[in-house]
Amino acid sequence: MISPEVRAKYKLVVGLEVHAQLQTATKIFSSDNNSFGDAPNTNVSVISLGHPGVMPKLNEKAVEYAVRMGLACNCEITEYQYFDRKNYFYPDLPKGYQITQDKTPICVGGEVPVVYDETKHSTVKLNRIHLEEDAGKSIHLEGEPDSLIDLNRAGVPLIEIVTEPVIHSPEEAGAFVAEVRRIVRYLGICDGNMEEGSLRCDANVSIMPVDATELGRKVELKNMNSIKHVIRAIYHEMDRQIRMTENGEEIISETRTYDVATGDSTGMRTKEELNDYRYFPEPDLSPLHITKDWLESVRSAMPMLPAGFREKFRKSYGLSEYDAQVITDRKEMAYFFESLCQATNNYKAAANWTMGPVKSYLNESGKTIDQLPISVESLAGVITLVEKGTVSFSAASQQLFPYLLEHAEVLPDQAAEKLNLVQDSDSDSIQPIIDEVIAANPAKVKEYLKGKKGLIGMFMGEVMKKTKGKVDPKVANKLLRESLETVK
Amino acid sequence: MKIDKDTLHKIAHLARVEIKPEKEEGYIKDLEEVLTWVEKLNELDTDGVEPLTNMSFEENALRPDERSHQLEHERALKNAPKADDDYFRVPKVLD
Repeated sequence: MISPEVRAKYKLVVGLEVHAQLQTATKIFSSDNNSFGDAPNTNVSVISLGHPGVMPKLNEKAVEYAVRMGLACNCEITEYQYFDRKNYFYPDLPKGYQITQDKTPICVGGEVPVVYDETKHSTVKLNRIHLEEDAGKSIHLEGEPDSLIDLNRAGVPLIEIVTEPVIHSPEEAGAFVAEVRRIVRYLGICDGNMEEGSLRCDANVSIMPVDATELGRKVELKNMNSIKHVIRAIYHEMDRQIRMTENGEEIISETRTYDVATGDSTGMRTKEELNDYRYFPEPDLSPLHITKDWLESVRSAMPMLPAGFREKFRKSYGLSEYDAQVITDRKEMAYFFESLCQATNNYKAAANWTMGPVKSYLNESGKTIDQLPISVESLAGVITLVEKGTVSFSAASQQLFPYLLEHAEVLPDQAAEKLNLVQDSDSDSIQPIIDEVIAANPAKVKEYLKGKKGLIGMFMGEVMKKTKGKVDPKVANKLLRESLETVK
Repeated sequence: MKIDKDTLHKIAHLARVEIKPEKEEGYIKDLEEVLTWVEKLNELDTDGVEPLTNMSFEENALRPDERSHQLEHERALKNAPKADDDYFRVPKVLD
């Protein structure tokens, strides 16, 4: 372990490259199926297989999705663009080049606001977002003389989101990836599934002494498939570089992979030392022109983004920053909460129900919120019953809510009657019971009046016992205190 | 334009072609001739001229996001030098 004092001598500098697969029906330059998890080499065409003489044709939707991402991140959208060929040989790249955007990325600049370590805010500046095609998949099996190639992924549309080297902690990097994942999900352009590789992250990591002005040599960490791994891998790499520097060793600029199982990283063989991508404009595709009309039509169809929801939930519904974060973590949850707040004015209760009973039910049942059996109106009805004191919160969350999940057709007030949960909050009917309890415990009443105020719990217990728990505890408590004070 | 042996071998490596030593000189001569011929273009003043990336003046030749022209699995694998029932097979690549 490296001591905090040693760590404090260095500044971490990270730039991220996030690849997001776009959820189009077809590939970026051909009309074969874009879908994950199908039998190998079934979603292919002569274009994705790189047969000679075939011509790519750009998928309109992929362009629109990239523009959406650019608008979401406040990028400048490039009006005139062309694609470039990036030349290299690898068996899962059948053409011998990847079609990408080198000189004219579709989005330039931009930024993503992030919150990390609960309260720290930063704005991560983007360098660019560009469109490109994914490669196929190579499978190297132990003991197999061959590598196996699956080209279902070849030609799947990708956007690559490239940050400036402005990230200074592993947590900030993790928060950036999390926010990008939220944004693509809110935009409906990528499912954000890091385990299946639809969202992938590479990190360029370097360190520099805190008073230095020149960036250290960077190491590229490849393909981390969860946000937790992004954070761990960057910590590991930062410490490795600090240790080397402290020992007077030189850091080599290389690509390394982090092994989750061992918690260690290894350098990838750099036999491609001579790699020279020889980018040049792709002559098979005509230039792309994002007209003002096109741009405006995409802009006008932009949905609300996580940051927008967070702000609305804080400002309009009075949620704390933390609660707003929790509720907007998933798009479906944010939309659910928003519609719940249309059905009830008790926003605080709506938030508590959403983050409490609703979330626990989803966790336990493994369901997603759109599969929640109870309607928003029905849940709003439950909230009203609790607010009016008709049903206690504990009865509502432990009995009424589970019952309504099973019987979605029953109205909340009918269900409360049926389950016998309606509590008495009518002081006229509670008072006689309180009087009874007071009369039956003269000694305790004396103690109470002498200052043993803790006895109130015992009196409440008696009242609850006599009424079988069906009085509104708030009303009963108030009446009890008043009645006790008046005993002379 | 002069081409040296290192440049020749770098180009050969990038193109994954093997060059026999006795052929080196011939290739160097050919490459030099081609490049000298292309260098002629440098005589033109292209200041302020946008690079031409496509031979047609068409822009936005786009395709709607609709499925078609998919190849059946068997046909896709048919021309491969080596394949099994599921995959293309290539000599083992490490990393």
